[in-house]
Amino acid sequence: MEFQWQALVGGMLIGLSAIILFASMRKIAGISGMVKQVLTQTKKGAEGWWPLVFLVSLMIGTWVYSLMYSVEESLRVGYPKELLVASGLLVGIGTYIGKGCTSGHGVCGIGRLSKRSIVATMLFMVSAIITVAVVGSWT
Amino acid sequence: MKKGVIALICGSLFGFGLAMSQMIDPNKVQGFLDIFGDWDPTLAWVMGGALLVSVPGFAVLLSKEEKARIKQGVIDAKLVIGSVLFGIGWGLSGYCPGPAISVSPLIISELVWFLVPLIIGMLLARAIIGKGQG
Repeated sequence: MEFQWQALVGGMLIGLSAIILFASMRKIAGISGMVKQVLTQTKKGAEGWWPLVFLVSLMIGTWVYSLMYSVEESLRVGYPKELLVASGLLVGIGTYIGKGCTSGHGVCGIGRLSKRSIVATMLFMVSAIITVAVVGSWT
Repeated sequence: MKKGVIALICGSLFGFGLAMSQMIDPNKVQGFLDIFGDWDPTLAWVMGGALLVSVPGFAVLLSKEEKARIKQGVIDAKLVIGSVLFGIGWGLSGYCPGPAISVSPLIISELVWFLVPLIIGMLLARAIIGKGQG
């Protein structure tokens, strides 16, 4: 297998982000959890608004990278809208009920050696693999 | 204020990492999930890189009590059902919340079709399973 240093270093930056956030604020870098917090605002003051800052900064980080290097090839457009809508709905419902996504359960949860997150990650990986196999055979 | 600065630094780092590792490209993600087809290992390198930092990092940062509490976590029906549904959604488009949000300003006319339903989905789930839950 080819050594993919950009994917490896990019992944390490994601891990570093999660560790800095936990070390300095004792917060988990789970993106779906932050969206949930922004939508529902169950906490007051800084507890309630730091997730919004994080999500906007996520866009800034990707935007800065796009100014430094070409991301043209990474930008997919024109994907079937019905699949995007169905996907968004299921990701929203699933991450709310299952309390996490690729970042919260994957990077942080497995990082914490949480049995719950390891099981969650295995489950969403398997269901996603089956989904891609099924959708791939349609399209 | 301090929390805002930390969130700014960590969020930017995270977004930069997503772009650098090509995780903002849903074709790469679907390529990784397509194990019966032309498999793309990129996501494995990204997850590997992230865990290379997060596993030792959390091992150092978590207290004994916290580690014990994490061990007591229970695998319930909500975790199972939620994760399976999330996986189906993830596979359908190749987008999960992080990359979709981070790349959205660059292709908003595409991502609006994913992000608005994502918000609706969360609010729906909240209405169904209750506010205190989830």
